[in-house]
Amino acid sequence: MSGRTASLATLAGIVLLLPLALQNNYYYEVAIQVGLNAIVCVGLNLLIGYAGQISLGHAGFFGLGAYGSAILTARYGWPPLAALASATAGVAVLAYLIGRPILRLRGHYLAMATLGMGIIISIVIATEDRLTGGPDGMPVPALAAFGAALSGERVWYWVVGATLLAAVWLALNLVDSPHGRALRALHGSEVGAEVTGIDSARHKVKVFVISAVYAALAGSLTAHYAGFVTPAKVTFFHSIELVTMVVFGGMASTFGAVVGAAVLTVLPQALTVFKEYEMVVFGAVMMLTMIFMPRGLVPTLALTLSGRRLPR
Amino acid sequence: MSLLRVEGLSKEFGGVHAVQQLDFAIPAGQVFSIIGPNGAGKTTLLNLLTGIYVPSSGRILLEARDLTGRAPYEYAARGIARTFQNLQVFFNMSALENVMVGRYLHERCGLPAALLRFPSLARAERACREEAESLMRFVGLGEYAQSPSDAMPYGALKRLEIARALATKPRLLLLDEPAAGLNPTETLGIDALISKLAESGVTVVLVEHNMKLVMGVADRILVLDYGKRLAEGTAEEVRRDPKVIEAYLGAGAH
Ligand SMILES: Nc1ncnc2c1ncn2[C@@H]1O[C@H](COP(=O)(O)OP(=O)(O)O)[C@@H](O)[C@H]1O
Ligand SMILES: [Mg+2]
Repeated sequence: MSGRTASLATLAGIVLLLPLALQNNYYYEVAIQVGLNAIVCVGLNLLIGYAGQISLGHAGFFGLGAYGSAILTARYGWPPLAALASATAGVAVLAYLIGRPILRLRGHYLAMATLGMGIIISIVIATEDRLTGGPDGMPVPALAAFGAALSGERVWYWVVGATLLAAVWLALNLVDSPHGRALRALHGSEVGAEVTGIDSARHKVKVFVISAVYAALAGSLTAHYAGFVTPAKVTFFHSIELVTMVVFGGMASTFGAVVGAAVLTVLPQALTVFKEYEMVVFGAVMMLTMIFMPRGLVPTLALTLSGRRLPR
Repeated sequence: MSLLRVEGLSKEFGGVHAVQQLDFAIPAGQVFSIIGPNGAGKTTLLNLLTGIYVPSSGRILLEARDLTGRAPYEYAARGIARTFQNLQVFFNMSALENVMVGRYLHERCGLPAALLRFPSLARAERACREEAESLMRFVGLGEYAQSPSDAMPYGALKRLEIARALATKPRLLLLDEPAAGLNPTETLGIDALISKLAESGVTVVLVEHNMKLVMGVADRILVLDYGKRLAEGTAEEVRRDPKVIEAYLGAGAH
């Protein structure tokens, strides 16, 4: 069994068996939250972990997905699936327009550009209250597909679980293809990649768009699941939370991104005392990860268990 | 018939003339060597010939096609591959994956095929892996197939870059000081590998600062000094050239 199949089978097993441990709706809610964050992180990890590009604005893409679905369904009466597809496609176009000029430049310009973009998106959402409900947010109709409206934690658990598995499957396939090797290569040595025929700017733009699509899709699903959207998940802080999940779970590890999302979604829920110090906790997690296990949790564990020395 | 032709090529770095007004042609199927002391402009010339630097003036033609101003990946796509004096290995990948990256131009596929892993891609991936393994054996790295690249000794990494370059199926292979930093035994091994490459028909450009090393393998030699052409010709012609003897050999260097 290849590493790809093994990772996917493990995750599928967890998704299938987890309900045995979920005793009430609150547990389901947390599990769904984990799944939604994990979808964003799996996409973001393709960008950060594999291609070595940092985005500080993925909450913005998430927010555009969520508000795109909310506005198109609630204000304009679009069918939810059409709204979801359009919002996601719109985000893909936006990411392309931002990524194309920026990613030709070497260096961390993407971090700056996405930081600015994320802040603009959150301000626009908070101020355009006629459309978005402003700081109070707005209600979102249920996700109806094929004549049936999805409602209830248990139904949503399977929707999110299946979407996560699909997201992971696609990501694992991508990583293990010429595209994925090109991404890792340009991360390892951009000039080395270029002289073997890889158009590094083009590959960076592609993976940036893919990661934005993952975020937008999770945003749309979150809006329908919660039945309500607020600007809280569209903030700069949420972008940082997402990056922290990826870094903590393990860069360049799809499974790591899922674990990072799980741990850092459950932890603040479990320790409610954290609530007030959430930002401090995420900052500390980021710092300690960088100092003590710069490769992140899952790769570090994998290396330790396989008994190999830790390469530099 | 020359494979690559360079006309009036110059590169300046804020007043430093690293390469000045070079004209030369590289015949197909030969080993063409570029020699000169450190700082002579050899690496800068290779960077120009692979699109990493854009020339300050002059042209680079591969057969009749003008490649001046193109991006490095376009040079690669036209059949120019290289290794680096200061290694550019993908240390985040295994040795085998490094070589598999070299197959990129020949295994390119659409995004949908990659995301959904079409059966055709799965087959191509298996072929790519086998090809990379056989190239690793060809350069003498068979034992390292499964190693992480960051666990390999320096000499092996130099060969790994050669394998990666060969994986692109180049018509022109540029080697920037492949023997630098190697011990005498390893240097002999690299010499043998270069002869083997030349026999396989690929045109090789061998950059060296040690003249003795290239005398045996090079069909033609270009001698650089301060970015300018000091001499060019067969090994025998260059060896007898008074300017070369004075500036290079006579000075007692190497
Ligand atoms: N990127 C650069 N910026 C400024 N100066 C450079 C650069 N690359 C090379 N040089 C200068 O150009 C000259 C030739 O260098 P190089 O091509 O590396 O020589 P060689 O490879 O023959 O040792 C040197 O004086 C070097 O300092
Ligand atoms: Mg040099």
